[in-house]
Amino acid sequence: MRSRFDEQLAILNKEMIEMGALCEEIISKVLKALTDEDKDFLNGISTAGTEIDRKERTIETLCLKLLLQQQPVAKDLRQISSALKMITDMERIGDQAEDIAEIIPFVENRPEMADTLLHEMAKASIKMVTDSVDAFVEHDVELAKKVVSDDDIVDKYFDLIKQEIIREIISNPKDGECSIDLLMIAKYFERIGDHATNIAEWVVFSVTGIHKEG
Amino acid sequence: MSNIITVKDMCLWYGEHQALKDINIDIPSKSITAFIGPSGCGKSTFLKSLNRMNDLIPSVKITGDVKYNGKNIFGSSVDVNELRREIGMVFQKPNPFPMSIYDNVAYGPRTHGVKSKAKLDDIVEQSLKDAAIWEEVKDRLKKNALGLSGGQQQRLCIARALAVKPAVLLMDEPTSALDPISTSKIEELTIKLKENYTIIMVTHNMQQAVRISDQTAFFLLGELVEYGNTETLFSTPKDKRTEDYITGRFG
Ligand SMILES: Nc1ncnc2c1ncn2[C@@H]1O[C@H](COP(=O)(O)OP(=O)(O)OP(=O)(O)O)[C@@H](O)[C@H]1O
Ligand SMILES: [Mg+2]
Repeated sequence: MRSRFDEQLAILNKEMIEMGALCEEIISKVLKALTDEDKDFLNGISTAGTEIDRKERTIETLCLKLLLQQQPVAKDLRQISSALKMITDMERIGDQAEDIAEIIPFVENRPEMADTLLHEMAKASIKMVTDSVDAFVEHDVELAKKVVSDDDIVDKYFDLIKQEIIREIISNPKDGECSIDLLMIAKYFERIGDHATNIAEWVVFSVTGIHKEG
Repeated sequence: MSNIITVKDMCLWYGEHQALKDINIDIPSKSITAFIGPSGCGKSTFLKSLNRMNDLIPSVKITGDVKYNGKNIFGSSVDVNELRREIGMVFQKPNPFPMSIYDNVAYGPRTHGVKSKAKLDDIVEQSLKDAAIWEEVKDRLKKNALGLSGGQQQRLCIARALAVKPAVLLMDEPTSALDPISTSKIEELTIKLKENYTIIMVTHNMQQAVRISDQTAFFLLGELVEYGNTETLFSTPKDKRTEDYITGRFG
């Protein structure tokens, strides 16, 4: 008797999965840009960013339509309201990936130690995004909780990189600008981790009805 | 908030058919409690038990405990007329008596012995005001109540129920026969009334339960499946059957 509603929810789910995939795509492009000397990366990243923005609006419209037409309750209500919250975080992830991409050309001569740490940090935060999207797709509360606890790892990398950068600035003050840019990249990855954590918390809420207080 | 009605292990049979099974529920005073559930699950039966309207049916057998203000309503010392004065009822279909608006409202107080014209005038005016219909009828109190619109008739019935100064109002789908505007008038009125009255309302309109009630009780096949804070019940129901019912996944 609610087949139309179920169809619409399935569409919402599909759109969310696609938006999640776009987020994974954009940050893996960023990681590639950091590793390889892929000169074309900037272009691909801004295209992906635009697509993420468009997806956000599509999903927003769909959610509002479902709220209006179906007056959802219980799990349906939680799924739709979580989706509305999650797309904001996903969109921010896209923005931050674009912010990182803009700075990458200015940090080419980064010191090796910071570079290694930055890669580890990037991989850890990307993993968080991938896991949070998977947790959403699979309604996997355990995986979502793992994402939340993984945020500590990313935070730790940020501290390590910060220490490294301080050391670098002291020993090599004339490269100060590169160091600050590096710090900003690290900060953006740290924020990406936070957004993945938010997404994971909404997954937990959507499935269980319990949202952990900040 | 204290509980004005407490029900313990209540069962009810119509002859051989058990219509209510081990109902346990506490109704907080001065709040709105909604009863929801599919047709035939026992909502009206339970509602009517609360002021002993089922006593009128000979085949009915009731076990368990229903207390109103701490007193067993089935106790031998209970005056059923007095109980029904304290616990009033508003039905699904507006059922004004075929008499004037004034006489409809004055009917209850008169049967309870109020004779003074001045006093009756007061009660009628106050009840019609409380039922949010005074402005619409004050110039035609002597006109026949059957000339009112459906929504007005229902508010008149609420005024009639209020006229005997009850503490509890039982409402069985009070808006199901009304248009959206009359419905929202009754909803607003109900919310205002809970400052002074305890309201228990059966409704098939789940959005209505969400909009106005503080607690919701979900009945299924004579059982009280889930009872709790309305927002909690509609956002995170505990029982799978509640979830299935309120999301329309039933049957
Ligand atoms: N007077 C009666 N005699 C025998 N059985 C009755 C009587 N009144 C109700 N029943 C039965 O008791 C059960 C509960 O009925 P009740 O009217 O309380 O349901 P309800 O939840 O109010 O349904 P609805 O939403 O359709 O008003 C039903 O199976 C009904 O057939
Ligand atoms: Mg009924």
